[in-house]
Amino acid sequence: MTTSITDTGAGPGTQLPGPAARAGTKVPAGRAPARLLEALATVRDPELDEPITALGFVTSCDMSAAGDVQVRLRLPTYFCAPNFAFLMVADAYDAVAELPGVRNAEIVLEEHFASDQINGGVAAQAGFARSFDGEAVGELGDLRADFLRKAVMAGTDLVTRPLLAAGLPPTDLPQLTLGDLSPSRELDRLRQRRADLGLPVGDDALVLIDPKTGGPIEGKAAELHLRKARLTRISIESNGSICRGMLQHRYNNSKGQGESTGEEDQ
Amino acid sequence: MAYEKDGEKYFIVDSHMHYWDASPENWVKGAEQYAKGWIDCFHAYQSLGPPETHWTIEHFQKYSEDDLMKDVFEDGHVDVAIFQPTYLKEWYTTGFNTTERNATMGEKHPGKFIYNTRFDPRDGDEGLKALRANVERYGSKGLKLYTAEWNNGSRGYKLSDPAAYRFLEAAQELGIKNVHVHKGPTIWPLDKDAFDVSDVDHAATDFQGLNFIVEHVGLPRIEDFCFMATQEPNVYAGLSVVIGGLMHARPNFFNKVMGELLFWVGEDKMTFGSDYGIWEPKWQVEGFVDWKMPDREEFADYPRLNTEGKKKILGLNAAKLYDIEVPAEYQLKDDSGGQPAEQDDAVGVDGRPAPVAGA
Repeated sequence: MTTSITDTGAGPGTQLPGPAARAGTKVPAGRAPARLLEALATVRDPELDEPITALGFVTSCDMSAAGDVQVRLRLPTYFCAPNFAFLMVADAYDAVAELPGVRNAEIVLEEHFASDQINGGVAAQAGFARSFDGEAVGELGDLRADFLRKAVMAGTDLVTRPLLAAGLPPTDLPQLTLGDLSPSRELDRLRQRRADLGLPVGDDALVLIDPKTGGPIEGKAAELHLRKARLTRISIESNGSICRGMLQHRYNNSKGQGESTGEEDQ
Repeated sequence: MAYEKDGEKYFIVDSHMHYWDASPENWVKGAEQYAKGWIDCFHAYQSLGPPETHWTIEHFQKYSEDDLMKDVFEDGHVDVAIFQPTYLKEWYTTGFNTTERNATMGEKHPGKFIYNTRFDPRDGDEGLKALRANVERYGSKGLKLYTAEWNNGSRGYKLSDPAAYRFLEAAQELGIKNVHVHKGPTIWPLDKDAFDVSDVDHAATDFQGLNFIVEHVGLPRIEDFCFMATQEPNVYAGLSVVIGGLMHARPNFFNKVMGELLFWVGEDKMTFGSDYGIWEPKWQVEGFVDWKMPDREEFADYPRLNTEGKKKILGLNAAKLYDIEVPAEYQLKDDSGGQPAEQDDAVGVDGRPAPVAGA
């Protein structure tokens, strides 16, 4: 269930290799090096707010003895939005290139209409606007922030819904602080997204805030805010489920490195 | 023809369907990869429907007139189908799915089809001329606009662009009533979110005489679409992809998305569209009539959809938008619920849906 904050089962954000792999024990043949996968698991699809590994977007990742890394990425369709695709390729490059022992990193997005521009642009560290010369006027920071705000809304639903289900009156929510919430994976994730936006994350910070201004959500506005939060979460999760279905069809059900199934759909 | 279940009769308007030619013979030289990428992407969507309704890629690239008549009308329960063109002439030599192609086929079957046309604001005066000619020749009352279409080096446009306003004004003067909007992955500039629906919001505010049907409910931006639809009385939810893409493959997300749409948009402003040939209408119509919001705590605060509501969504709402005559036996029993959606029906800004007549 996506609604349970005590759920400890597998889900987005938990797709790191197990402790044995992380400790550097022998990786079975055909499996990607654990360190690489772990790094790539920090890269998220900005729209779906899930790791590219869990989504099945990593076709392969390999490192030579000399430290040359090659990562091959794939997406659910040939026409996935090029701006988000660029962010994932660029983030994958950054995540891998900073690993100790990596001499050279090559990230290859395959079978996408803008593969050449994206791969070439990231390799040259050219930025988005230069990679799409004449087709873009700016970099992608604003776009990323817009989607982080959606992730904050979705995360707000995840952490508050169980409380409401347990009987907390909605009128109490505007006063609720992050410190009032029990520890959970969803709470950690919400704090992380808020931190990425420069929003308050301390125990005394309110749970309900306007993700654009950081201001409080007061009185009757709380109900509408929570409605929007739930809708945003459902939208993101539904998109993720459609993307997974499209990817399975496109690649004949062959699994990506570190791929996991999506949230439940029973 | 029509659908009957448990003594209830449903008049079916398929408000979003196609008759395309994406066969390799129609791929533009030098743009084959885009033509192939487009139809392969559509084909992947079909995989979200029931396995027994999947087609081979060859059949999917180009289906025949007979296939369409059988799938949509004979087997698919549809009474009237609305052709929505998508030109894509940069990739497909004669176009993917043009007004002309639709009409050439449809004219052999009088009374079955409505021909929507389209415009591209980047086509300038020539485009205006073509729009006028199409409306006159095919009697179009509706437009399908694909904002991510590539055109001569440009990768898309917004409805709020001044050039688009010029076309919307012309369309309104020509008697166009309904504008179906389909968002895609590219737009100028590429650093902006191409799926953003705020341009529809602007256009809907400024063109009160037009109805804007946002196809696939703005997917992947359902939330932005819903927030906008509550504010704009002339904005409708086109259910193409919602039913086809979720009802079979992701039933629980279908429940949730339907619950949200019923809450934010309301059953008077939702229209069924099969998106044929992506999905056949038969299983969609039958499944939707059988669908019921599960009786579970997580769905408790969503509005319920009864038989009358399903009749509206499957046909009566679109029949009003397009002035399609509906025989008395298919009308709602309580006619008060069958009036066109009014501004009051929109969800208020406090997030509470107005009561739905007849529900």
